[in-house]
Amino acid sequence: MKIGEVLREAGECQLVVHLSIESTHPHPTLFPRYHKTMSALRILVPVKRVIDYAVKPRVNKAQTGVETAGVKHSMNPFDELSVEESVRIREGKKTPVEDICVISAGPTKAQDILRTAMAMGADRAIHVETKEGEDLEPLGVAKLLKAAAEQNKSNLVILGKQSIDDDAGQTGQMLAGLLGWAQATQASKVEFTGGDSVQVTREVDGGVETLKAKLPMVITTDLRLNEPRYASLPNIMKAKKKPLEKKTLADYGITAEKRLKTIKVTEPPPRQGGGKVEDVDGLVSKLKELGAL
Amino acid sequence: MACRHRSSTTTLARLAKPARLSPRLTTQPQVQSQVASAVRCFSSSRPSQLKETRCQQGKFTSETYPELKRDPRYGQVTKEHVDYFKGLLGTESAVIDGVTNENATDDIEPFNSDWMRKYRGHCKLVLKPSSTEEVSKILKYCNDNKLAVVPQGGNTGLVGGSVPVFDEIVLNMGRMNNIIEFDEVSGILTVEAGAILEVVDQFLASKGYIFPLDLGAKGSCHIGGNLSTNAGGLRLLRYGSLHGTTLGIEAVLPDGTVVDDLCKLRKNNTGYDIKQLFIGSEGTIGVITKAVIQCPQRPKAQNVALFGLESYEAAQQAFREAKGHLSEILSAFELMDGSSQALVRQVTKKNSPLEGEYPFYCLIETSGSNSDHDGEKLQTFLEDVMEKGIVVDGTLAQDETQVKALWSFREGIPEVLSHLGGVYKYDVSIPLPEMYQLVEDTKARVEEAGLLGDTDEHPVRAVVGYGHMGDANLHLNVSTRRYDERVEKVLEPFVYEWISKRQGSISAEHGLGLAKKKYIGYSRTPTMVGLMKQLKDLYDPNAILNPYKYI
Repeated sequence: MKIGEVLREAGECQLVVHLSIESTHPHPTLFPRYHKTMSALRILVPVKRVIDYAVKPRVNKAQTGVETAGVKHSMNPFDELSVEESVRIREGKKTPVEDICVISAGPTKAQDILRTAMAMGADRAIHVETKEGEDLEPLGVAKLLKAAAEQNKSNLVILGKQSIDDDAGQTGQMLAGLLGWAQATQASKVEFTGGDSVQVTREVDGGVETLKAKLPMVITTDLRLNEPRYASLPNIMKAKKKPLEKKTLADYGITAEKRLKTIKVTEPPPRQGGGKVEDVDGLVSKLKELGAL
Repeated sequence: MACRHRSSTTTLARLAKPARLSPRLTTQPQVQSQVASAVRCFSSSRPSQLKETRCQQGKFTSETYPELKRDPRYGQVTKEHVDYFKGLLGTESAVIDGVTNENATDDIEPFNSDWMRKYRGHCKLVLKPSSTEEVSKILKYCNDNKLAVVPQGGNTGLVGGSVPVFDEIVLNMGRMNNIIEFDEVSGILTVEAGAILEVVDQFLASKGYIFPLDLGAKGSCHIGGNLSTNAGGLRLLRYGSLHGTTLGIEAVLPDGTVVDDLCKLRKNNTGYDIKQLFIGSEGTIGVITKAVIQCPQRPKAQNVALFGLESYEAAQQAFREAKGHLSEILSAFELMDGSSQALVRQVTKKNSPLEGEYPFYCLIETSGSNSDHDGEKLQTFLEDVMEKGIVVDGTLAQDETQVKALWSFREGIPEVLSHLGGVYKYDVSIPLPEMYQLVEDTKARVEEAGLLGDTDEHPVRAVVGYGHMGDANLHLNVSTRRYDERVEKVLEPFVYEWISKRQGSISAEHGLGLAKKKYIGYSRTPTMVGLMKQLKDLYDPNAILNPYKYI
């Protein structure tokens, strides 16, 4: 990969980086059809089932993690953005979209969020079932996604920049590295500018940065990318009939080996509560007691 | 978990406004929370913001209602009286004295007017007792000296029931705010009258229970006030009215007698159920000081769905189906008409959760113990109503954020209407089949009078209807651009007569207070009003409690 051109427009504080990657196309054999002109997108959208963001997480008694039993779970908010963006790319009709496939690794319940994603507009889903304690680390997820992207002949992976449970924020970058694809992280705008060319805007301190790259590529989503839709009832019904493939980690040649060890999870120290006084005299004596007067 | 916070604020922002936001996102969530805290239960028959100038100047109730005259039977509060109360209550903070201290006016003002600044009294003395004994002694003294008293809770009412008209003494219950006892096995709670609803509910939440009442003003309103107005609110469909969930009451009669009926039994068939007289009587025969409430188990799982419907008939069918399919888990069935939703979208700039526009929307909430079971029931129900064509389109909240967002389309209506200008509000109960007809008939009447239109020369912007369909409780709201006498003439007494003809209630959940004093006859026969007067005379022969109000 070589950087073709860097252009800085000081006035608008905009950095335009054109990435040219034709010369070292990573997998020319995998995408023969798309080599000359882009014909159709095959989008892979990884989604994760996490504790609902509106729920206050509690540390478990053993201090090894947060309590998940009996706690409401939903789709990782960043992943909702990924699903929404994929559907909007299709609806935008600028680039034909052949397939939107959502994939999730997790317990059986993860199928709920896959159905939600399909109700929002994804075509099909893959559920990679993991057993209790078989939690994947970002690298494991990236390896799994690499295998899935290759198997599904994906040429675009759109995923959340992080999941709100682990907050690692690594998977997208690792995946791009493993695949050898271009990556644009924290996208706030995604545009198809003809051919295989994709222009991604990302918000940086004090302005925006515009990246241009060619497919295949990995995009991670940021908060202002779009406003996810509500799944309508007719679509929720239809989603029940859409295909959901069940797989295991072994199907992708992945094992849930641990490289990281969680030593201890603790809650931040509780805020010291204030006190109430009956009247002005009480306030004055309290202030004196605390040495403020 | 640093990012959880960031993502949460942003998701809120996303719901509030899709446009570009500052990276730190500090303002949007506030907007959202304001909408979310919109008050559902407040309404009155008089326009709330029509006379803005009057509100700012704080016109006295005695000027707004010139027909009300101070009753010469009542004594004037003197320094001697104040000294007695100061001696009785001890601490400085328990007596706000505007009789001998002219500088106390500002301190008294919040007790003299309601939160919408529609009513303003001339009270000069506020008493804050901390025990039942003190309440008893205050009332006995007032009764002996013929001093009028207004019991006051969180002062969140909208019919002017909790504020003085002339120089009545305000008896504020805020210092009696202890949770006395809670039985974790039976869920029976004993609490003082001045406890704030939200505080009590949070306490119960920590024990896995829920207060059987919820309403928009929960952060300020007192349990005692809830009981004396028999507040309805959000959970009535599920948990029933306070007449059923209140097991016992301690109240003080005007002569100082303490009525100790703190019964902790669900079953007690031993003669007259006197405590019911204190529930909903708006502080006219006694002051509630403590209550025993049967609290239900807090539901672990909640689901919310929003429907778009083509007609009011379809909404009724959906309600029937909902009861059939969801029976024990159905916890709310709310109706909103298309015009109310159009105004919400217009003001909040939020996108509709549904693609098309519909003349009616229904919001359904389920609460249960197992989210999987509830989800399954809800799915079957949704499939059924879709298949039968009762519901045209809808959505099911996929996470907590969407739950709150969907509710905001219902709860945001009163706030949006107030934002647009003055509102004539009617909180009525009408048998379900004819409920929405009131909105249509009112609209036709206002239109006929040439008062309704999209342009500025029409004083009325919209006639909208929404409410707790599950309780046959409709909120008819007439949103206006400015105050116009003709509007009031067209609406009243038309609305009351309409309701009266159908044996409806002119005040479903907000009480009568001062605002609906004149209209009690539309919902109660002379015999019923006569019986109420007899009770009033029996318990409060000197009529010192909450005078000038509906009775």
